[in-house]
Amino acid sequence: MQFGGSGRESLILALRAMLGEESVLTEKEELAPFECDGLSVYRKLPMAVLLPSTVEEVQGILRLCSDHGVPVVARGAGTGLSGGALPLNDGVLLSLSRFDRIIDIDPEQRTATVQPGVRNLAISEAAAPHGLYYAPDPSSQIACTIGGNVAENSGGVHCLKYGLTVHNLLALKVVTMEGELVEIGSGAPDSQGYDLLALMTGSEGLLGVIVEVTVKLLARPERAQVLLAAFDDVRHAAEAVGAVISAGIIPAGLEMMDNLAIRAAEDFAHAGYPVEAEAILLCELDGTNAEVSEHVMKVREVMQHAGATEVRTARDEEERRMFWKGRKSAFPAVGRISPDYYCMDGTIPRRNLPEVLERIASLSKKYGLRVANVFHAGDGNLHPLILFDANGEGELDRTEAFGQEILSLCIEMGGTITGEHGVGVEKLDSMCLQFNPAELAQFHAIKSAFDQEGLLNPGKAVPTLHRCAEFGALHVHEGNLPHAHLERF
Amino acid sequence: MADIERQLQERAKSAIDAGTPVAIIAGGTKSFLGNRVAAEPLHVAGHSGIVDYDPRELVITARCGTKLQEIEQVLSASSQMLPFEPPHFGGSATLGGAVACGLSGPRRPYAGSVRDHVLGCRIINGRGEVLNFGGKVMKNVAGFDVSRLMTGAFGTLGVLLEISLRVLPRPAASLTLVRECRDPVAYLCGLASKPIPVDAAAQVEGLCHIRLSGSVRAVSEARNQLGGDALDGHEAFWEDLREQRLPFFGSDAPLWRIASGPSVPMPNLQGTWLIDWGGSQRWLKSVAGEVEVRQAAEAIGGHATLFRGEGNAFHPLKGSLGALHQRLKAAFDPKGIFNPGRLYPEF
Repeated sequence: MQFGGSGRESLILALRAMLGEESVLTEKEELAPFECDGLSVYRKLPMAVLLPSTVEEVQGILRLCSDHGVPVVARGAGTGLSGGALPLNDGVLLSLSRFDRIIDIDPEQRTATVQPGVRNLAISEAAAPHGLYYAPDPSSQIACTIGGNVAENSGGVHCLKYGLTVHNLLALKVVTMEGELVEIGSGAPDSQGYDLLALMTGSEGLLGVIVEVTVKLLARPERAQVLLAAFDDVRHAAEAVGAVISAGIIPAGLEMMDNLAIRAAEDFAHAGYPVEAEAILLCELDGTNAEVSEHVMKVREVMQHAGATEVRTARDEEERRMFWKGRKSAFPAVGRISPDYYCMDGTIPRRNLPEVLERIASLSKKYGLRVANVFHAGDGNLHPLILFDANGEGELDRTEAFGQEILSLCIEMGGTITGEHGVGVEKLDSMCLQFNPAELAQFHAIKSAFDQEGLLNPGKAVPTLHRCAEFGALHVHEGNLPHAHLERF
Repeated sequence: MADIERQLQERAKSAIDAGTPVAIIAGGTKSFLGNRVAAEPLHVAGHSGIVDYDPRELVITARCGTKLQEIEQVLSASSQMLPFEPPHFGGSATLGGAVACGLSGPRRPYAGSVRDHVLGCRIINGRGEVLNFGGKVMKNVAGFDVSRLMTGAFGTLGVLLEISLRVLPRPAASLTLVRECRDPVAYLCGLASKPIPVDAAAQVEGLCHIRLSGSVRAVSEARNQLGGDALDGHEAFWEDLREQRLPFFGSDAPLWRIASGPSVPMPNLQGTWLIDWGGSQRWLKSVAGEVEVRQAAEAIGGHATLFRGEGNAFHPLKGSLGALHQRLKAAFDPKGIFNPGRLYPEF
């Protein structure tokens, strides 16, 4: 065992007695695979990794840890991008990987009840024979688990029309830090009392451990069609986004990529993208056959009017798949053209897209770091990828400072520091910019209502007031920066 | 249109200092719903006006006292709408009341509920602080989702000052088909599994009413596919259903709302029924006892609200949920100042 202390030893002994030897990992080489999540710049080894298989075992673990005052970090597939599942050296890591059973698919009620370790895509696969699917589709959907999706309120490329995880949930079973099993929601469209389902969703493992999830399933649309519009000016592409929405159309997805991202994705996926374009928009329309036909014509017109140099409609399902493959592989594609990249996740009101993209371009010059923009344009959710080399002198520091400026810019525009990746450990300082001390104190009060001792994923998602004071952040209130007349590059 | 935030904050602070509970009231159209609050009124209707609306953003921000009518007119002028079709229950109905009561109309199962469309809010909590949560963008996962927690909390967690909502374009075409249906639950629920642009489905007095909305061609094709007679003045029908003005709602018997999964069997209760939300919201006019109705609702995996009538309004909280609710209430309103007892007698 790496860590000493008699309290810890007695806890490990008790955990072994409850879960069995093979479900309590304590050797360094066993712990190593759990040292980070998708944000691998932060790494820590936990005191132990626990692999329970039943709800009773999860309850037992939380009771024991409560008694010992030991923090608990829950983990699904570890694909999160903000360090939410980063272990704590003095805590245990609770892996839900053995909770991988689909409990029920109910085609009449159009629901799926699953254990939290079930992969996002596996739900749609299980529902497919009934003509149904689960709508939220984060790009990691092959690997990420539904429990993690709930904890992060994950989005995806289709959330413009179909919403985030919170819009597609019906019920949860949650174990509190005291080991109590709480049932939230039901098959009904709402529940009595407070909307705890919404509160749990996106709570980043601070309020309870999710042990069962019931989601809504939707009927597969009759037809989906995707248009690719190319632009020789990023500003025109950004303006076209607002124009599509103004035309009264809600696309299933509306994604944008800039030239650097287009080239990287094309080299990687051979999607047939126009590599000379300064920006492309991918616009997916779905619904009934008749509706899609009508909307394709309309969107084509809107794009051309907005200055598109070319508008293509996918000829068949194969080409549609290729268009999306390019987009969905944009991150790994960018990973090939740079030793490292840092993915940002701010959201801004759509109308500010042109301005924000220009400001990011000038920040890129200021920091001497390239940026590839790949993002959910329809809902204003930006993913600037800052390219850097972690081995380069001071490059990581410059990258983080650059990222911080982008997030400040998002707040200044009336947006948010995270659209879908969560705060985790990564954006704690930025939280000090978005929320004032009273708001942060309100978050802490909510946390205490669920977890009085502060043992569930402590130190994540909500910064302490002390940390914000040290960070010395200026809280940006409703987009009004203090000293707004000063130029900020 | 006026900004009286300062006054409201002062009023809240003095109530908190004195330890005197207040009953938050805006338009007063939904005061029949929920348990009675014996407290000094805190009038918020004067805090009104649309603060921000840009149709391209699909977002509207307005103060709590803004009338729903005004919001709907402004949206309509840009061919947009509140997707959840909130019930008004009177001309003075406000945005704050609609959000605090968490009520949605016929489109709810197909376009989402009021809480699904709430993006952000500004509140006064039980410490007298003015706080902002969420924002004006669709995707936002910074901090706990307080905005949605406030929705349907009946003012027990604080005073809603300002709310940002997602809005949607109005459908280009819309019509309602009426037809006989022997097994309404199976029929209405089954519609949602088909590629048909349904956005409301109810059974009223033995007849199924199905509203189709979308592009002109989509609606016309679906009409041919489904069959049935088109209802004249169909907008008035759905409005009367939403506002509970149909004859069904007229009798003196208590009105129950039973929410459940859409395809579960009808509970075994005496009375008359109206089925809405494609099967998942069922209205019951019945003199059956409270315990009987609630047990029947639970038996089908749902819950029952005594919408109009004398008794406990809301379905009891099970197990540790009651204690959790009380701790959450205390986290926002430690002195129990706002709307005590409106949801449950304990808080």
